[in-house]
Amino acid sequence: MLAFSIYDFSTLTKSIHESLLSTFSPGWTMTIEWTIIGLILILFAAIAVLILVYVERKVAAFFQLRLGPNRVGPYGIFQTVADFIKLLMKEHITSKNADKFLFNLAPFIIVTAALLGIGAIPFALGLHVFDINIGLFYLTAVSSVGVLGILIGGWAGNNKYSLIGALRSGAQIVSYELSITLSLLVIVVLVGSLQLSDIIASQENGWWIFKGHISAWIAFVIFMIAGTAETNRGPFDLAEAESELTAGFHTEYSGIKFAMFFLAEYLSLFIITSIGAIVFFGGWMPFHIGSWEAFNNIMDYIPPIVWFFSKVSALIGLIMWFKWTFPRLRIDQLLNLEWKYLLPINLFNLILVSFIVLMGWYF
Amino acid sequence: MNEVAKYFSGIAQGVKTLLTGMKITGYYFSHARTEIITQQYPNNRDTLKMFDRFRGVVEMPHDENNEHACTGCQACEIACPNGSIEILWERVVDPETGKKKKTIDKHVYHFSMCTLCNLCIIACPTDAIKMGQGFEYSVFDRKQLTQVLNNPGSKVRADVKD
Amino acid sequence: MEAVKEKTDLKTQEYFVNMGPQHPSTHGVLRLMLGLDGEIITSIQPHIGYVHRSIEKMCEFDNYRQIVHLTDRMDYLSSHTSNEAVSMLIENALEIEVSDRVKVIRTIFDELSRISSHQLWWASVGMDLGALTAFLYGFRDREMINDIFEETCGARLTMNYNVPGGLMFDIHPNFQKRVKEFITHFKTKLPEYDQLLSDNVIFRMRTEGIGVISKEDAISFGLSGPTARASGVALDLRKSHPYMAYDRVDFESIVMDSGDTYARYKVRILEMWESMKIIEQLIDNIPEGDIQAPTKALIKLPKGEFYQRVETARGDFGVYVVSEGGKSPYRLKFRSPSFSNLFSLTQMAVGGKIADLVAMMATLDIVVPDIDR
Repeated sequence: MLAFSIYDFSTLTKSIHESLLSTFSPGWTMTIEWTIIGLILILFAAIAVLILVYVERKVAAFFQLRLGPNRVGPYGIFQTVADFIKLLMKEHITSKNADKFLFNLAPFIIVTAALLGIGAIPFALGLHVFDINIGLFYLTAVSSVGVLGILIGGWAGNNKYSLIGALRSGAQIVSYELSITLSLLVIVVLVGSLQLSDIIASQENGWWIFKGHISAWIAFVIFMIAGTAETNRGPFDLAEAESELTAGFHTEYSGIKFAMFFLAEYLSLFIITSIGAIVFFGGWMPFHIGSWEAFNNIMDYIPPIVWFFSKVSALIGLIMWFKWTFPRLRIDQLLNLEWKYLLPINLFNLILVSFIVLMGWYF
Repeated sequence: MNEVAKYFSGIAQGVKTLLTGMKITGYYFSHARTEIITQQYPNNRDTLKMFDRFRGVVEMPHDENNEHACTGCQACEIACPNGSIEILWERVVDPETGKKKKTIDKHVYHFSMCTLCNLCIIACPTDAIKMGQGFEYSVFDRKQLTQVLNNPGSKVRADVKD
Repeated sequence: MEAVKEKTDLKTQEYFVNMGPQHPSTHGVLRLMLGLDGEIITSIQPHIGYVHRSIEKMCEFDNYRQIVHLTDRMDYLSSHTSNEAVSMLIENALEIEVSDRVKVIRTIFDELSRISSHQLWWASVGMDLGALTAFLYGFRDREMINDIFEETCGARLTMNYNVPGGLMFDIHPNFQKRVKEFITHFKTKLPEYDQLLSDNVIFRMRTEGIGVISKEDAISFGLSGPTARASGVALDLRKSHPYMAYDRVDFESIVMDSGDTYARYKVRILEMWESMKIIEQLIDNIPEGDIQAPTKALIKLPKGEFYQRVETARGDFGVYVVSEGGKSPYRLKFRSPSFSNLFSLTQMAVGGKIADLVAMMATLDIVVPDIDR
């Protein structure tokens, strides 16, 4: 029988490892474990996207005083399944002068970038697949690979409008990566380490959003703004909701390739909000206040995996709120916002937090 | 210094307006149960009632003896702007007076051309036609849109004056 | 913000792009040929005529009672006002005096149509600029006005309620109650429009300083309606040539100076407040009287030329009739406000970006069937 504790998944993983080791050789054990982890991650990614697309449509409907999908299944929960089946059955149209190799490569790059990121996220205590000592740096680096997919997709379609959309989107993502990285660095300065498990462990006596007062608040606001811009969402979506002129960089794609762009967009939304939840809100760490033992014990009663997913859901809800309320920014106003407002404030914040750490003025 | 002050006050002002906007949509999201105005159409057909004066399709009401009030005077045909009504009439000997009188044979109504402008209803001197209340009129065959408004075998009510 | 353009040796090619007839943000079937240099528009040519239904020609074969219903379908958002223009032309030509009751009811319907049209305009401004929730909010508020129209006239949009000489039938007994409910309800909702879009910093960045038309240019293009009033041209037919019951109500016509997109937006929002003021003054005391003045069954206008102007939600709508004394006009022409307003794009849009073009078209408030007739 496998030992299973919902509070500490490492018991489960250890017992699976032991039982495999007793029947197979170490090499085979490792291969089987890698296969199982890969399948679970891919399955998790697919299910997460299905749920996220449904949630987005329902949330958008409630903001807009209507009901959203409510016919396919009870409360419309099978709507996304029906949509993906439809997308799978569509024809793959490739334009005549398109660069075939790059055209087919672009969706794979962008999905790979998103899936690489999923592997490094700690979902709960013991459910951390890839815990290297440069965890946070690895996550931001891997999400930058997605830009390549967008640029290649726009170029390979042989369509001047999708090229414009792809270039705009590329400029936007590259600029806002600066802001994301700098705002995450604020917490790294407070923690002293890039490793994700260290960052979470340091929040045992309270989340950084409360402990690192002013700097953490400024960093969190900038992180949310830059995060929505990174994923081409919300008020910064002129590359994809470009109903003004083009349909953006994925004009030429149809069928499963379009589904991959779609999937990658929602996955990167999930990853960005997970990073935000880990760094600012403690990841799977329950809500502790300093050294109030009784309160902390009550908070510990809720399993960490529930804490993690509720924090991520709250941040996703916030990002969706942005999208359905505000009008769109023009491309030059968007870049203006980054280079003239967010970047100077970020740099100032970094200096501020270094000063705070030197003086010890944090909790 | 003025530029610096404008920079920061611009940020503060902007953030305030954004938060106000979010408050409005947040209100509607949290009160979704009472604020949603969608009508679940095919499910609420039983309780759906149009207004009295709603212009659906032109109908000729018949009473229980299968009689209507149309005398074949062609006033509606003249009033219609695009020829959606054709009256087929004939002269029939009136049993009471012994003279030939114009009576209605068929009141042909081309629903495919009708613009529902109501001019025929107000032109009719005997209130023989009225606007119906239905609105689901899609058909698969275009011939079904050319309707004959008076039922077969019906005749004019005895008390209708020309 | 100004773009600093320096002359370099890098030669970019100008290319042409079609904002084609089927497009989400052109408010109808309109084709715009844009000449683009990177992101900046260098030339713009509108191509119209995709919705041409030869309404003016059809009017030559219908008698005067029947041409009223064709004007519903041109500018469908101010259909009552267009009907009223033709009815007033016939009444003035035959020198028929309509009763006070008809005048007051016609004015109330006019202002309700104006509010309804501005609500739909606001909804589409939100949608074009990306705030998709604004679209649904505008339409929700419009439903109450549609219900008022449906209860009295029988149709929500193409009402055909005016006849030469008055109205088709009397108003429904519930009319006054419903209008008062609507006014109370909308007074609480209109500040929300301001909070959601007008004050929003992103919206202001997208619309302030964009698409400026000076006063002289507005006059020379022949602009009218809120588009002209935002550039400083104080042209409001309800004040300068009052018709129906406009001479007995007290309201302001909103005129602004800056002539940019934000001014055009603000003029329409403030006009909604003024329209509600007019309705409030009229709704409580609708005088008694005849609904229809006596007219002949077959109307024939005397020989000559007649012209009638009204102020629709879009601007100055005119009907011009040349009559030879018969039962149909010899020639009939409509002066549509959207036609003149559209061609001011050729000056406004040059030098701006494509995203600015969308904002400008949203606030010009054109209805393409009105252009093409």
